[in-house]
Amino acid sequence: MCRIGAIKSRNYIHPSMALQLMQSQQKGHDNSGFAMVMQNLGGIFEPYKHLPTLSMACTDAGIKIAEDILHEIGFHRVMQWAPEVNDVPGLDINAMPNYVFETFDYPRNFRNAEQKEKEELLLDTRLKLRAALEPNEEGFAYSFWPDVITLKEIGDPRDIGTYFNLWTANDRFTAKVITAQCRQNTNYDIVRYAAHPFHLQGYTALANGENTFYLKNKEYQQGLHRGYIGFESDSQCFLYTLHYVHRELGWPLHYYKHVVTPLPFDDIEQREDQKQLLGIRQSLAHLEINGPNTIIGLLPDNTMFTCCDAKKLRPVVVGRDEDTVAISSEVCGINEILPDRDWETDIYPNEREVVVISDDLEVQRWKQ
Amino acid sequence: METMRLNDVTANDLPWKIKYDASRCTMCGSCVATCSFRAILPKVERRRMVFSEGNFPEPKARFSAVPVIRQAKSIRNYCRGCGMCEKVCPNDAIKPERNQDTRHPVITRCLGGDSIKRGGRKNLEGSTRTLDSIRVGRISQMTDPSLDAQRHTFDLLAPFGRILPPKKLPFSPDVDQQLVTNALTPPVNWIYPVIIGDMSIGALSWRMWEGVAMAVAYLNEECGLPVRMCSGEGGVPVRLLKSKYLKYMILQIASGHFGWNRIANAMPHMVEDPAGILIKIGQGAKPGDGGLLQAGKVAEHIQAIRGVPKADLLSPPNHQGLYSIEESVQKMFLSFNSAFKFRVPVAIKVAASATSVSVFNNLVRDPYNIVGGFFLDGIDGGTGAAHEVSLDHTGHPIVSKLRDCYLAAVTQGRQGQIPLWAAGGLGKTGDLAADAFKMIALGANGVFTGKLILQMAGCIGNDMGRCNACNTGLCPAGITTQEPQLAHRLDPEKVAQNIVNYFLAMDQEFKKLLAPIGNSSLPVGRSDALVATDHAVADRLQIQHVC
Ligand code: SF4
Ligand code: SF4
Repeated sequence: MCRIGAIKSRNYIHPSMALQLMQSQQKGHDNSGFAMVMQNLGGIFEPYKHLPTLSMACTDAGIKIAEDILHEIGFHRVMQWAPEVNDVPGLDINAMPNYVFETFDYPRNFRNAEQKEKEELLLDTRLKLRAALEPNEEGFAYSFWPDVITLKEIGDPRDIGTYFNLWTANDRFTAKVITAQCRQNTNYDIVRYAAHPFHLQGYTALANGENTFYLKNKEYQQGLHRGYIGFESDSQCFLYTLHYVHRELGWPLHYYKHVVTPLPFDDIEQREDQKQLLGIRQSLAHLEINGPNTIIGLLPDNTMFTCCDAKKLRPVVVGRDEDTVAISSEVCGINEILPDRDWETDIYPNEREVVVISDDLEVQRWKQ
Repeated sequence: METMRLNDVTANDLPWKIKYDASRCTMCGSCVATCSFRAILPKVERRRMVFSEGNFPEPKARFSAVPVIRQAKSIRNYCRGCGMCEKVCPNDAIKPERNQDTRHPVITRCLGGDSIKRGGRKNLEGSTRTLDSIRVGRISQMTDPSLDAQRHTFDLLAPFGRILPPKKLPFSPDVDQQLVTNALTPPVNWIYPVIIGDMSIGALSWRMWEGVAMAVAYLNEECGLPVRMCSGEGGVPVRLLKSKYLKYMILQIASGHFGWNRIANAMPHMVEDPAGILIKIGQGAKPGDGGLLQAGKVAEHIQAIRGVPKADLLSPPNHQGLYSIEESVQKMFLSFNSAFKFRVPVAIKVAASATSVSVFNNLVRDPYNIVGGFFLDGIDGGTGAAHEVSLDHTGHPIVSKLRDCYLAAVTQGRQGQIPLWAAGGLGKTGDLAADAFKMIALGANGVFTGKLILQMAGCIGNDMGRCNACNTGLCPAGITTQEPQLAHRLDPEKVAQNIVNYFLAMDQEFKKLLAPIGNSSLPVGRSDALVATDHAVADRLQIQHVC
């Protein structure tokens, strides 16, 4: 079973905290990888929050391919950072030659464009990069979005941390939200794109579990949006549904739960909003998830949430102190990073609720 | 001695031969009275008996007239193998035996000069059924626990009605972040995924129809299973139209429009809406052939319900005046939608055919989102009456066609928008839950069944040519007849009880199939849950081949 975790804080935090959160849940690791998405960036990225940052792992040839594409579209690089790697012998990591974190300014003709237009450009660019890098596996473009960084690698999470010098905190590489997972995709092929968390246009999702409606979800999502691609992991479906419901349909977040785990028909009948709920269950039937899982999601406005399947077949717990909220598959992870919190306020969400952490760290429990 | 008349019909020319044992027969007459086809009759035979009376053998012969039972040697009153005589005989003195050497197909045509008609379903037995080479092979275990069929709750419902693409839902969030509806959406009823398929009140005896209707009411009101029944073409008793039970009925209109003037007249008096309207374009058992109710079955109450005289009732093979798919959509659907004020979903039933996908594509692309269901009826389904040549040699199997339609919807990203309902030999082996479940995993939203319901009621017809005399009006089980004596053989309450019990058993079995794949709602299109042991089947249906 995978373990997932997320931390959201008032202060900028370093990925070492995410590694600690995950390390104590080690029995869920199988050395298939570590991945994280950082959002609301601090440190060296803080001055560039409004500009897109490309997160990419690639070969030397890959860098050239990517830079040519970006250059041709008209993006100008304003910042570049490569993690100093600690390539000691014996580490269990399947490293790529380069890890690239570059921030760009928009092409001149987009500077005054509508936000939406820019967002479509960023997605198109990332898809283009991905397609161009795919032959010969010259590289992996994980995210290209303002204020977001993605790091993924195959190997032992502890060694991956060592390789990227992530075990010691500093204030150069930080964020207010970090989501992480220490095992990627053991059901299907171990490939980099299959590692959660997944990111699409400001939305991030990661999941612990199994999506038994994977095929249904996938067959439906493929036709819904050009960004719904890959499907290397059945958990990508959770992200695409989140993106579709919240961004494409423009529905409030609580309807996500109604889409992925709709209420039984008998319950819907008792509700005042039965018309809407039935409409959702009907029209979005192919986005239902019907297996054991817990999802952690993150919205572009830094709202974080978690919910689980309709039978609560996968665990998750939310703990907090004054400045930080953590979500984790197992409570031991939270004990590690927030040892002094009031345990009694821990939340073990039930199958019919969504626990939502707003950007000002207010924790709400929404009943479905 | 008479000259042998070569072309006289003999028992050996007929599909069934009667085995009769005079030594066991007590001449009670039960068999002759029972045979609705008059295929056996009492006869007197001249018998020679040799006996000896004295102390020494002194054989003498005596002739006497002995009453016996004999088979009628006629292509009109021939034995159908129904076995009723055997059933009633107290002494096991009589039974039908299949005649391998039958010349029936030839002599019937030679003597009758007319095509052969019969009921039942296709009798061409071929290879293994496609569905029997498919297994539910994706079992939830360590990665995702299976569910418990007894303990967990399951949502076993399927939509009947047009489902809008998500972006067309007229929902928008209000200030409280609640979605509000700002326009009408097409009506959709969520019903049990097995519809009792369209058998008309003319084809069935009134007692059979009553039994089915009773079962449906009981399943809904006592068992909580929202099972719907389709009327078939030919109308509905006015009393039912005006009752609250109408909500369990799907009213059918076919090319003959039989019964619709009564339905239209009853509209102002309806206290409930019907569950739906089904426009029948074609039927899987006899594609390209219209309905056929022979005069023998047009009893008085049928004449009343349909508003017709006693005569052969033929529905044309197509709806006169409809020239194209688009037109049928526009014309028929709009008129029904407006008649019921857009509260009742309207669906279409077609025979599976090489062209089904084109028809489906046309309907699913219709920008007005009118069609509320695509009922696809394959070969192997039953019928009350049809030309044998249609039954045996026309039609298209349902499994691959249903799959093709589903995949056509997937290609367009429109799966689920027109619910797919499939039929045609499903439950043929008696196990409808398994067949239905596999069809659902291949993309059907639900299935409909007719022939199996008759079998629940006691029909003894089978695919090897037993009985299948539903067209004659002489159904020995009282199911497809309007003869009062025959209809009274059937106990409507027993029919209802059998149907209810079958559905309860099937409901359990659905759960037993859902639980291991870890799903609590119907796995529509989850073809990953299926595996096929036959390579060709796996390839054709795009499922995993296993061996
Ligand atoms: S088997 Fe049926 S049709 Fe044949 S003689 Fe007996 S009762 Fe009549
Ligand atoms: S028993 Fe009745 S319904 Fe069954 S095949 Fe014979 S005639 Fe048809």
